[in-house]
Amino acid sequence: MKRREFLGKSAKTAIVGGAVFSLGGINQAWGKGVTSADMPYDLVAVKGGEPGVMFDLAMNAIGGMGKFVKKNQTVVIKPNIGWDRTPDRAANTNPELVKKIIEHCLAAGAKDVFVFDHTCDTWTKCYKTSGIEKYVKEAGGKMVPGNTENYYQEISIPEGKKLKTAKVHELILESDVFINVPVLKHHSSTKLSLAMKNLMGVVWDRRFWHKNDLHQCIADYATYQRKPDLNIMDGYNALMKNGPQGVSKSDVLNMKAQLISTDMVAIDAAAAKLFGAEPANIPFIRNAEEMHVGTMDLSKLSIKRIKV
Amino acid sequence: MGGSLLKKIRVVVSLVFFTSFLLVFLDFRRMIPEDIINGVTWLQFIPSVLKFLNVFTLGAIGFVVVIVLSLIFGRVYCSSVCPLGIMQDIISWFSRKFKKKRARYFKFSKPHNKLRYGLLILTVLAFITGSVLLVNLLDPYSNFGRIITFFLKPLVIWFNNFMSFLLGKVNVYALFPVEVKSVPFMVFLLQLGILVVIGWMSVFHGRLFCNTLCPVGTFLGFLSKFSVFRIRFDKSSCTHCGLCGMACKASCLDVKEQLVDVTRCISCFDCLPVCSTTSVIYGTKKQLKKLETSSQKVETSGDKPDLSKRKFIFGTIAFAFGTVGVTKSQSRIQLQDTLKPDGLQVKKDTGFVTPVATLQSTVPEDREFPVCPPGGTSIDDFNYRCTACNLCVNACPSDVLQPSFFEYGLKGILQPRMDYWKGFCNFECTRCMDVCPTGALLPIEIETKKLTQLGIAKFIKDNCIVHTEKTDCGACSEHCPTKAVKMVPYEEDDRLVIPEVDDKICIGCGACEFACPTTPFKAIFVNGNSTHKIAEKPKEEAIQKSADEDFPF
Repeated sequence: MKRREFLGKSAKTAIVGGAVFSLGGINQAWGKGVTSADMPYDLVAVKGGEPGVMFDLAMNAIGGMGKFVKKNQTVVIKPNIGWDRTPDRAANTNPELVKKIIEHCLAAGAKDVFVFDHTCDTWTKCYKTSGIEKYVKEAGGKMVPGNTENYYQEISIPEGKKLKTAKVHELILESDVFINVPVLKHHSSTKLSLAMKNLMGVVWDRRFWHKNDLHQCIADYATYQRKPDLNIMDGYNALMKNGPQGVSKSDVLNMKAQLISTDMVAIDAAAAKLFGAEPANIPFIRNAEEMHVGTMDLSKLSIKRIKV
Repeated sequence: MGGSLLKKIRVVVSLVFFTSFLLVFLDFRRMIPEDIINGVTWLQFIPSVLKFLNVFTLGAIGFVVVIVLSLIFGRVYCSSVCPLGIMQDIISWFSRKFKKKRARYFKFSKPHNKLRYGLLILTVLAFITGSVLLVNLLDPYSNFGRIITFFLKPLVIWFNNFMSFLLGKVNVYALFPVEVKSVPFMVFLLQLGILVVIGWMSVFHGRLFCNTLCPVGTFLGFLSKFSVFRIRFDKSSCTHCGLCGMACKASCLDVKEQLVDVTRCISCFDCLPVCSTTSVIYGTKKQLKKLETSSQKVETSGDKPDLSKRKFIFGTIAFAFGTVGVTKSQSRIQLQDTLKPDGLQVKKDTGFVTPVATLQSTVPEDREFPVCPPGGTSIDDFNYRCTACNLCVNACPSDVLQPSFFEYGLKGILQPRMDYWKGFCNFECTRCMDVCPTGALLPIEIETKKLTQLGIAKFIKDNCIVHTEKTDCGACSEHCPTKAVKMVPYEEDDRLVIPEVDDKICIGCGACEFACPTTPFKAIFVNGNSTHKIAEKPKEEAIQKSADEDFPF
């Protein structure tokens, strides 16, 4: 059910028509992901190690990547690669972590592991400077562009209050497994950039979100049925101020933390706590919980805490 | 050296130069390193002269090499180095394939001396008195750059997009689609006018552009009067058959009088292999004397110009200038047309529920100055240094550089400006300055560039989403690399934050303006600095929080 459009603007009607047509088929491709019942814990939190080490331990705790990735499946990983910044600036996801995730996916038998982001700065520069392109290639994954509208297909978000449609990158719709790998950082307008906020990078038109109640749009998109099968929060280096891109290294805290969950609200709530913020004070987390995307009350969750 | 070998060498050299220029101007993936680009453009005459004047380095002496070459070999620059010259040869070569036999041949014509020397003097005088307008419109290299950028590059990108579409079907992402950023309509039209003139001349008259309108051609032609090697007739053996004249795209061989107009000869050597009696030779005076039995001296011709042709040429120039003289109001209309942001409109008739319609912003941006690219130092200086070759427009990885129409006024027509509707200046990038062949964009260090203030962001509260919709937005602050645009508590609702600009650390990169989602007017825009300034460095403060050992949950 692949349907790539080129010469986007001249073929708008075709895109819309095709999207409607293709929705049925796409739904069958996924939706058989891991449910929370399959997970031994609602949330795994690791502290005190290098990104790769922490990820190994977390995967051990939940029973390995094989739970999420079956043989010959395709995987799409969505890190934050939004900015033309080096890894030590914590504006993007740690490249070592991305590499480790790909290795786990391939070891579990994945056919292809794709990595992309719809970046804010020039995408070629972001992919390079973030170190992610290099590490992805080393691990055997494929970097995919997200820079033109042709890659994005229109979907509908029936439960959305403000955001009712969006154009989503085809890999999110086509891949068997979707892994969301945000970086924990301060954000000038949404207070924090976390798992749900990271999904702004899988859609084409972000300006619409900014225009129409940003917090609500983030929560709205989190209700869309194609949710990440797994969320991995990179808190190795956390951007504590001047987010989302930071001004200097003095904005970065070497927190050495990592969170893993299938629940975007839970992982965002835990990340907010790590940052030093109250989840209920972050509107998009609160909104998402109200829309039953997940649970932000951490006391209700089973949490596995690991210290390296 | 045999005539046909000389011609072959000329063809190979010119194709190597032409291909290099094509690659440099068509490199939409920006893969060619800056040093190689500089190497390719190094010999270009006018850019090199300007770079020498602007930067004053020994690295900018390409034009001296060209002068020396011309004094020795004649106008080999025009035949083999100038990309526009070679392009005309290619046009002319192709067009001859479609012509009737008789029309395929060139014939001798008289030089338009008053026109060409007049134009050269006018161009130089205008330059001395502070205008590069004529240089920009007539410089062959810059014209070539614009022609490729405006007309050929979009076709190449479309082809790339088609191929990447095919490859994408099998999940191969080696090629990726690239957005074609359209050139403003009037800019397109102006350059199209110039292309039509040059194209017409090359189809019907070979190198007429080079020998009448091109100031470089005229200047090097003048130098060629003193060249050591040149095309000469061996009058003793010449049979007046006229084959050489029919092959001469510069129309400079007067077979009847057995005269060569060296000022117009571009040393292309096309005449050498066609001569059945080897009476046309390329060599020194001595070499000719050896061949010649008669002692008659060969002189350059100095005929009077052909009036009817001159009228036509004046007509075409008037047309070209007429295109320039389009009123400002039209350019404003064009500006409005470009104010359509990508992807903002939500499509109707989708079968989905159409998202809520958002309010339109109401306050127009009050732009006092356009934003001149980094390294331009000031709008006036930049306008005086740039030949509008648009190489930086191609090289810019952020697509923020766009050719201007009347934004700078007539003096800066076709020169690049920062168009923050199309993109914003990448904080960590100096590529435009690194490739600029004229030194119009002075090569400044990255650390200095990060503090170079091109303009200052101005916030229009009445357009801002936070103020009009009472919801959070902050796209501007998000994109700001120095946090000169920071979010502060909004006075009417303390749950919200609204942007505030710190003029001292703003560098005018346009990230805020690009990211601002309001239409048709932005809530934050960059007003250019007429002279670039140095901004203050953003303050660094240590973080209060330290990494906890324990989990806070």
